[in-house]
Amino acid sequence: MNIAVGPIDHASVASIPALRVALVGNPNSGKTALFNALTGARQKVANYAGVTVERKEGRLVTADGQAVVVVDLPGTYSLRARSPDEVVTRDAVLGRLAGETPPDVVICVADATNLRLVLRLALELRAVGRPVVLALNMIDIAERQGLAIDMEGLSRALGMPVLGTVATRKRGIEALVEAARAASVSIVRGTGDVWREPSAADLRALHHQAEQILKATVKPPKRPDTWTGRVDDVLLHPVAGLAILLVLLFVMFQAVFIGAKPIMDLISGGFSALSAGVAHVLPPGLLKSLICDGIIAGVGSVVVFLPQIAILFLFIILLEDVGYMARAAFLMDRLMGSAGLHGRAFIPLLSSFACAIPGIMATRVIDQRRDRLTTIMVAPLMTCSARIPVYTLIISAFIPGRTVFGFISLQGLVFFGLYAAGIVSALLVAAVMRRLFWRGASEPFLMELPAYKMPDALNVARGVCQRAEIFLKRAGTIILSMMILVWFLASVPSPPAGAVGAAINYSFAGLIGHFIQPVMAPLGFSWQMAVALIPGMAAREVAVGALATVYAVSGEGTSTLGASLAHHWSLASAMAFLAWYVFAPQCASTLAVVKRETNSWRWPIIMFSYMTALAYTAAFIVYQSAVALGAG
Amino acid sequence: MVVGLRFDAPALSGGVSNQELERRLLEMGFVEGARVEIVHEGLIGRDPIAVRLDDMRVAMRRREARCVLTRPGQAE
Repeated sequence: MNIAVGPIDHASVASIPALRVALVGNPNSGKTALFNALTGARQKVANYAGVTVERKEGRLVTADGQAVVVVDLPGTYSLRARSPDEVVTRDAVLGRLAGETPPDVVICVADATNLRLVLRLALELRAVGRPVVLALNMIDIAERQGLAIDMEGLSRALGMPVLGTVATRKRGIEALVEAARAASVSIVRGTGDVWREPSAADLRALHHQAEQILKATVKPPKRPDTWTGRVDDVLLHPVAGLAILLVLLFVMFQAVFIGAKPIMDLISGGFSALSAGVAHVLPPGLLKSLICDGIIAGVGSVVVFLPQIAILFLFIILLEDVGYMARAAFLMDRLMGSAGLHGRAFIPLLSSFACAIPGIMATRVIDQRRDRLTTIMVAPLMTCSARIPVYTLIISAFIPGRTVFGFISLQGLVFFGLYAAGIVSALLVAAVMRRLFWRGASEPFLMELPAYKMPDALNVARGVCQRAEIFLKRAGTIILSMMILVWFLASVPSPPAGAVGAAINYSFAGLIGHFIQPVMAPLGFSWQMAVALIPGMAAREVAVGALATVYAVSGEGTSTLGASLAHHWSLASAMAFLAWYVFAPQCASTLAVVKRETNSWRWPIIMFSYMTALAYTAAFIVYQSAVALGAG
Repeated sequence: MVVGLRFDAPALSGGVSNQELERRLLEMGFVEGARVEIVHEGLIGRDPIAVRLDDMRVAMRRREARCVLTRPGQAE
């Protein structure tokens, strides 16, 4: 690995094409942490052309001016792809991916404390013919355990450079880049397309070869990690483990509701001040109404939920990085299995708590088509963060803010109940679907339980920021345009001269609301509520903005939205609205993603129909029972 | 200790063929000679199980675990 370092001709540096590096590794190898360490903040998250696998690309420039493009490929145990994610990894490595430049170098990322499986992957990668560099990540943990790795021996046996890295402390990163660069020129490049799918016999042979290499170059740890086992004794305990999981989920939702409150108040105060300031400057008229009532009020009422989304993702990412997610899948497998779901569906479904779209996209980790379809169909029943604004608004307006049993917030309890209703109906729908559409055993459940690790604050923060950014982008584009449309529907045409009552009564929105109101009447929905459901097609949370617009332009702009609702709605109507929102079928982006993922209109149509039926039935039952109990 | 993989029941794992299941087990490290030990069992029907496989931990359902033939190994 001799790297010629000499005076650099800057004119020629610019013309050197960027070095393309692909990161491949087992799940839980710290691949994403290494990707972050390599590229820092210069990352782009998008999708691969034509498929919905997330594509993460980052850039860096070495000290001597070489540009490097790093692509973080989905984690895999072998190139024998079994899921769409793994197909992307394989095709990217082989250079078969349409629209992607093949990588110059592959960096195989290994957890230094867990080399057995990744050595086989490294041998498989080497057989492809592209230059490969093996990065032994988390080498500090291996050192602490007294694991003696003969790096030179390993490098000789594998026929590739081997380097130790500590992604979270940025140790060995520069050396890794240099090694990748050297490998790209010194190792003769194969065609990259000589791979064929290994048979069981090939796998055995490769595994034995890896085993021999391991035996020759790695001495077992002097101080093996014993506390993963000890922690698992508690967390995987049949009873205590489940209890801890439930407590964890409960704490998570209490934190989402209570912890986010102060920042939310701050944001909503900020938007009110902005609106008031702008109103002061602008002359009265349609433009002022558009900016204050349409844009600022509408976007503000959605952006205010950013803290809750950030807290939710903080929990999800933390649990993932600590290594708890796989345990949760283990604990939930039997329960999910009884509903006909795969244990692996737990993670996509948990992501659906944030948004059904990443959840549905995450179902790609489920290889079996039927298991995937069932998971996709029930994912939107998990309470996504877009429902949080609606829940929060109505709960804080109608449920008293007192505590029960001395310490549990009643509002938090109702919130938890709504989540529980979503989960229970998801399990029921999944069970019914399997009976209705197909019968038969499901996919094998085979999953590594990674060693517990301290999460890295910077990586967690980066993950949360990425999610927050995606949410804000949504708020800035689709939601903003919907807000303008809703404002237009609610303000045009203007009421005729001498008209009485709120202006919105005479607008398009009023017409639509009045038109569908008779259908919604048995649910206790007023025409304003019916109007709010329509823009909810764009994104569920838009309903809050729509309510704000509907009521703000109804001539009561001074009172806050919650107080206004408490004034206009009966408790029974509010409860029915919540029940409707447990199902809330009207999310166009979810339906579009289902169409894309299943490649047919059949499944989105089935999804929309069954969710509408459930929403209508649930709201009907809740409203009629509440009225019977005297809450009408 | 793992002594082999056995696939006597037809279509043991639903849609996945026996050849496919064999390769997945191999890829996870269930290879002849590997040391394996059950360390955790689920609440209902003691399923799924978590096993210690050489120096890693793997979660699996009993249905798949039945394909892995083992015999008591000698302590090293």
